[in-house]
Amino acid sequence: MSSTSAATASGRSAWDGGVSPMGASYGKLMMWFFLLSDAFTFSALLITYGLVRSSHGVYTGLVENFTFSPTYWPIPEKVFEAIPFFHGLEAPLVFVGIMTFILIMSSVTMVLAVEAGHRMDRAAVEKWMLWTIVGGAAFLGCQAWEWSHFIHGNGLPDGGANLVHNQYGPPDFADFFFFITGFHGFHVFSGVCFNFLIYYNTVTGVYQRRGHYEMIEKVGLYWHFVDLVWVFVFTFFYLV
Amino acid sequence: MAHAEEIEINVIPPDKAKIKKLWMTALILLIITIFEFGVAFGVPHEYKDLRVWIFITMTIVKAGYIVGEFMHLRHESKVLLWSILIPTLFIIWMLTAFIYEGMAISDVR
Repeated sequence: MSSTSAATASGRSAWDGGVSPMGASYGKLMMWFFLLSDAFTFSALLITYGLVRSSHGVYTGLVENFTFSPTYWPIPEKVFEAIPFFHGLEAPLVFVGIMTFILIMSSVTMVLAVEAGHRMDRAAVEKWMLWTIVGGAAFLGCQAWEWSHFIHGNGLPDGGANLVHNQYGPPDFADFFFFITGFHGFHVFSGVCFNFLIYYNTVTGVYQRRGHYEMIEKVGLYWHFVDLVWVFVFTFFYLV
Repeated sequence: MAHAEEIEINVIPPDKAKIKKLWMTALILLIITIFEFGVAFGVPHEYKDLRVWIFITMTIVKAGYIVGEFMHLRHESKVLLWSILIPTLFIIWMLTAFIYEGMAISDVR
């Protein structure tokens, strides 16, 4: 509200134009509102997951004796326990932990790129944007491996999972896995595309000629949101 | 591109304190995640409610750091902050309504 009162103090009405009542540019504001609507979409997916899960049976036996069955919801750490290049090794949730680490790190490099943009430091923006792109691509690679592992399963004829059949439990579990992590992965993919676009524009000097690096900030908001969603997916899909 | 070089660019030197704060935020996020792993394997599955509450609380703390510091919302104008935060009440409502429905469905089954 400070900008509004400043405008009135100088004798002009806040409605005369030329001021940003929320202290943010049009583009940034619209990005915020888009992300809010996107948050509703992801909430709908995750809350529906909660509803369907709570309407299914619960495994009541000992965790050590757990086996997959379509009659109850699986314990996530029993499903996601494989890591690449270590076939047969049981490492529950380690790979998801690595993916979380990658995404958090790429969020830091993004915020450092935004910070460098504020200082008009083109070289630093280029450096941090490149790291962010590498992080995003690495995350997508991990997800591709995890999907492939989930789909193929133990390699037996009735192993693995698709939309109607699921080795790990009720088919609904696989459906939610594909929809929630798929929708999030698609966001990461578009995020990497946007990141590449602004990296390209930085390298060719578009933002330097424009006189500001606000595009980095706007795409940065989107990228952090993708990280934010992953925090929730990580908790509600893998941990709980 | 030749004329681009003619524009005088004043590169402001980096503010060490600000950058350190960003790395600290990342470190906090990582520590919370490691703590969550500790709970996932340290607290037995018999204490399901305790586990779930720790996970949800930690998630909200992490979300606060990401939105507040990385997305800079904590430092934006108050109007913008509340315009984003108040509508998320609908999510709380959606959560309440759907979990209530879910419990009703499992009762019927």
